[in-house]
Amino acid sequence: MQIIKVKHLTKIFGPHPEQGLRLLDAGKSNGQLREAGHAVGIVDVSFEVEEGELLVIMGLSGSGKSTLLRCVNLLNIPSRGQIIVGDEDVTRCSHEQLLDLRRRRVSMVFQHFALLPHRSVVDNVAYGLEVQGINEDERRDRAIEALHLVGLKDWEEAYPHQLSGGMQQRVGLARALAVKSDILLMDEAFSALDPLIRHDMQQELASLQRQMKKTIIFITHDLDEALEIGDRIVLMREGRVVQIGTSEEILNNPADAYVERFVENVDTSHMLTAQSLMVRAREVAHPQDGPRTVLRKMTEISYTSILVVERDHTLVGSVTLDALDAAVREGRRSITDLIQRDAPTLAPETPLAEILHLMAEWPYRLPVVNERRRLLGVVTRTRVISALAQSRAEPTAADAES
Amino acid sequence: MMIPTIPKLPLAHGIDVTLDWLTAHFAFITKGFSHVISALIEGIVSGLSWLPPWVLIIVVVVLVHRAVGWRVALASALGLLLLWNLRLWSATVETFTLVLISTLISVLIGLPLGILAALSSRVSRVVMPTLDFMQTMPAFVYLIPAIPFFGLGAVSASVATVVFATPPTIRLTVLGIRHVPEDLIEAADAFGSTLRQKLLKVQLPVAMPTIMAGVNQTIMLSLSMVVVAAMIGAGGLGGKVWEAIQRLEPGQGFEAGIAIVILAMILDRSTQRIGRSPFAKQ
Repeated sequence: MQIIKVKHLTKIFGPHPEQGLRLLDAGKSNGQLREAGHAVGIVDVSFEVEEGELLVIMGLSGSGKSTLLRCVNLLNIPSRGQIIVGDEDVTRCSHEQLLDLRRRRVSMVFQHFALLPHRSVVDNVAYGLEVQGINEDERRDRAIEALHLVGLKDWEEAYPHQLSGGMQQRVGLARALAVKSDILLMDEAFSALDPLIRHDMQQELASLQRQMKKTIIFITHDLDEALEIGDRIVLMREGRVVQIGTSEEILNNPADAYVERFVENVDTSHMLTAQSLMVRAREVAHPQDGPRTVLRKMTEISYTSILVVERDHTLVGSVTLDALDAAVREGRRSITDLIQRDAPTLAPETPLAEILHLMAEWPYRLPVVNERRRLLGVVTRTRVISALAQSRAEPTAADAES
Repeated sequence: MMIPTIPKLPLAHGIDVTLDWLTAHFAFITKGFSHVISALIEGIVSGLSWLPPWVLIIVVVVLVHRAVGWRVALASALGLLLLWNLRLWSATVETFTLVLISTLISVLIGLPLGILAALSSRVSRVVMPTLDFMQTMPAFVYLIPAIPFFGLGAVSASVATVVFATPPTIRLTVLGIRHVPEDLIEAADAFGSTLRQKLLKVQLPVAMPTIMAGVNQTIMLSLSMVVVAAMIGAGGLGGKVWEAIQRLEPGQGFEAGIAIVILAMILDRSTQRIGRSPFAKQ
């Protein structure tokens, strides 16, 4: 179900928005409007948000993304267009309905946390409940519950200035969660945090999202962040929507040169998976092969280990050069005893980070298999290193095999 | 060529006539008010004078110690003992009471007015120039019309003091509320606060250190005005100074002057940090 529908939303700042709208309809550019004393916030923006979706709105500063977000809870009043939350057009609601929307249905997390300096952590978290008129005991319980959710147990009585940035934003998040609204608006919520903490927060947000099934609109100027957390991404430029799609859609089919430029700078290391990194396994052994045959195959292409597969390409395991060497000297006839069957394998969707981790422990090539253990290809060290070196590298002949 | 003589504008006459008319018709209200305030002042003065000075000194020292620490408390103790020794105790009590009452009235008027001016640009367009007028007008001038309305003595003195000392409270209330960070206001709105909730739970508490700085200034201005108001019979330490001027007794004048300085220092130091609780440094 679509929980938020934004239809042809336009916001113009300035003393005479109607006049600005007329100029806009006459086809004037943002610059021309600015000269006439109107600041263009957003122009004719339409999109829908599915229930339980994490939608990222992304764009550079001045692209109108914050203006757009603030229209959802009417912190900005749109000049034209509709925003339907649930089945209610918020641009037409009364003062009471608006208060109710802000208190119970939509809550917000701010870039610079916006915590009240004179209140303890628990009283900050309880703020939304307090304005609803909920009694002190209940709001304290609910605030503490929200603090546990964000991992800030035992910090109830601290004051915001005693907390680090990451912890302050956890308080901000807890404040938004405490009111148990279905919709969360997050305005550059992690942008003020340093990268490591930001990454933790992104992951925690993702896991909270899975647990609590909130609908989240998340604003960021950082494409990496957008790709990391967003189910879908709305890309904005100069107040207009440039492209809406999943990360893959945006990376693979940038709508125009503007999106393409964005995408070129993206850190793709977390987008790279075993599938995109793997190469064909040129030489493999079969369980029926004798040690001499396998040894010859390996010395020809100077492998230190070889994968053993059945005729139907089901992976059995791998054999190392040292083991084969010994077997030949002992005059063995079969390699079945030599096969290491517990060698690690990758699934096509295994991300690069995990591959790097496995590589540190396993000195040989890593086989990529499908769910029926059919060998699809191998990921080699050379391939990973060159992919990291040029993050959008195309596979070349040079790094086909190691 | 002769420059035509323009007759002097009857500004003074106009003000006098207006004040006379106001006095004739409204003085019964102001006189009534005067009775209430003077009863209040006398009540507090006789209450404080009934206590032996050493009891009061201990109370003050304990309060100052609680508010700002032992150094200021120790200095306050020494200062107050000196006042007692110089036989200026009852004058000090009178002056202190006037400062207390004036400050109280100033805050009761200034805080709501400051809040209104901060929230409404229309109010602030009227209030701000008025404040400039009130503060730049020489303070003595207020004393003259105060007499017909409130009679000679402490009440006129405190009314003139209020006029003179209220502006900082108003100004800094406006400043404090206007400087509440924008994102805190947004957060208050985003969680569905009403205007009243936003004011009471966000704007006023966040502005409190600034507002208290204004109140501190009001206290100091009250003290200086209460001394000047001795000219219309306010008594107290100012009265001692006034006597010394008339009798040309510099020694006595300095004694009373030092007493005023001591009182000022105690009031200033002990109110400076109110509202600047641990959370103020952000």
